[in-house]
Amino acid sequence: MNETAQEQGFYTEDMTISVGPQHPSTHGVLRFVVKTDGEVISEAIPDVGYLHRSIEKIGEKVTYHGYVPYTDRADYLAAMFANQAFCLAAEKLAGTEVTRRGEFCRVIACELNRLASHLISVGTFGQDIGAMTPFVHALRERETINNLMEEICGARLTYNYIRIGGVGYDIVPETCARITAFLDHFEPIVSEFNRLLSGNKIFIERLAGVAVVSKEDALSYNLVGPNLRGSGIKWDIRRDIPYSIYPELDFEVPVGTAQVGALGDSYDRYWVRIREMQESVKILRQCLDKMPKGPAIAKVPRKFRPPAGECYARVEAPRGDMGFYVISDGSEYPYRVRIRTGSYTAMSIIDKLSKGIMLADLIALIGSLDVDAPEIDR
Amino acid sequence: MDAKEIYATLEKLFPGKVGDFKGEVQEPYLTVDTAAIVEVCRFLRNSPGFKFEVLSDLTAVDCPKEGKIQVVYHLFSYSQNHQIVLKVDLPRDNPKVATLEDVWKVANWFEREVYDLFGVIFEGHSDLRRIMLPEDWVGYPLRKDYVEQEEYDGISTQRAPLVEKLLR
Repeated sequence: MNETAQEQGFYTEDMTISVGPQHPSTHGVLRFVVKTDGEVISEAIPDVGYLHRSIEKIGEKVTYHGYVPYTDRADYLAAMFANQAFCLAAEKLAGTEVTRRGEFCRVIACELNRLASHLISVGTFGQDIGAMTPFVHALRERETINNLMEEICGARLTYNYIRIGGVGYDIVPETCARITAFLDHFEPIVSEFNRLLSGNKIFIERLAGVAVVSKEDALSYNLVGPNLRGSGIKWDIRRDIPYSIYPELDFEVPVGTAQVGALGDSYDRYWVRIREMQESVKILRQCLDKMPKGPAIAKVPRKFRPPAGECYARVEAPRGDMGFYVISDGSEYPYRVRIRTGSYTAMSIIDKLSKGIMLADLIALIGSLDVDAPEIDR
Repeated sequence: MDAKEIYATLEKLFPGKVGDFKGEVQEPYLTVDTAAIVEVCRFLRNSPGFKFEVLSDLTAVDCPKEGKIQVVYHLFSYSQNHQIVLKVDLPRDNPKVATLEDVWKVANWFEREVYDLFGVIFEGHSDLRRIMLPEDWVGYPLRKDYVEQEEYDGISTQRAPLVEKLLR
């Protein structure tokens, strides 16, 4: 593209622009140093670290129980999953059994959180590329979920709900009824959203065939979650390395199908998220039906001292594989906690994908990968 | 394929370069000779029986008591649905290991983070800069003996304890 422009005599000087850190499309605080020739990007170097809070180091200084609230902050849009991944790791280390009702409470809370996170993702995605209205619709629905979350655990964003051995508070029948009422209301909203945004001609043309990620690249760059599935690889931790009660539940794993452009383009990644919301609704309904009676949390000693050893626990978060690598030396404090997040690896592919695309498409690319700055920097 | 078989094959193909296999733990792991890490990883990624397409995680652990920094590689295969953990022991005073960038592209960013927070040098890395912290930061925070610098760019990094503040 550069060469033809040059041949035609339209060559311009390369320009270096800084996108961010306070740009609305950066979803938090991150920055790109972009080198462009006119509107065509020749290089976009991501600059991250603005939100580094050394959550991994804090893990070495606090007890296992005390660390759960810190995990909330790793990804504030999907705090429940970080809670769960860390608790899974601690439980694996100590061999703690989670109560059955506790598992159901966990899955209900997590899937509600996935809906909230995907709503933010698709809503802001529309806003990033110029569609203001869908954002308001998505946030209206998310508000209801936040209210439900507040009812379940007393917090709207940083939940600290999942504890080692179960959950902090039981979900009462009244809340279950309200969740069912919300699901009845939400299901038609997805189709409304599709009419409003997914099927919109301008939206489709902005995304079809933009920033295509091949299967090989998706694996080599270790993309996870909807970004991986958008490239046509059917892999979901809930299905393939089952944890909690997911094996008992019936749900599909949506993958990209080159809906409007090429396989693995921005639209495929977006479309996977929309369909995942419908699957989450299915999962929630099954959980509410099957909910057993019993205690919500197992008896876990206050001084929690897992035997020396190490383990790696994965969960399927909205931004993909979230892994906690925890090493215990037998004391009250973890020896090392490592958090591996989906946004971090998604961010590393932007450098490669941005070569040769338009500046406006960079915004679409960031939005379609659904990167989340606090999760990158931890 | 389970971890024991993976180890048995590796032991045959790379005699003396892999060892210290622990199979009876949550995540079976084995230790790889520092000089052999790239060829072992390339073999695990490309050979048909193993097909470790992804590097799930790359991190490090500081063990000052044994005087070493351990770099830990979590490998995973979607097609075979198996995993293995590789570890490389590096001397604490001069931790150096070859980069895996040519095997998995994602190693680029993972290694930058380990360099930033542990000070491990990845030889042959195309862009070994700090990633989380500013370029002029002193020290490697995730090492166990790390002491925070007192100020950065004229801004104090210390804060008086809240109780003392109240008493003043």
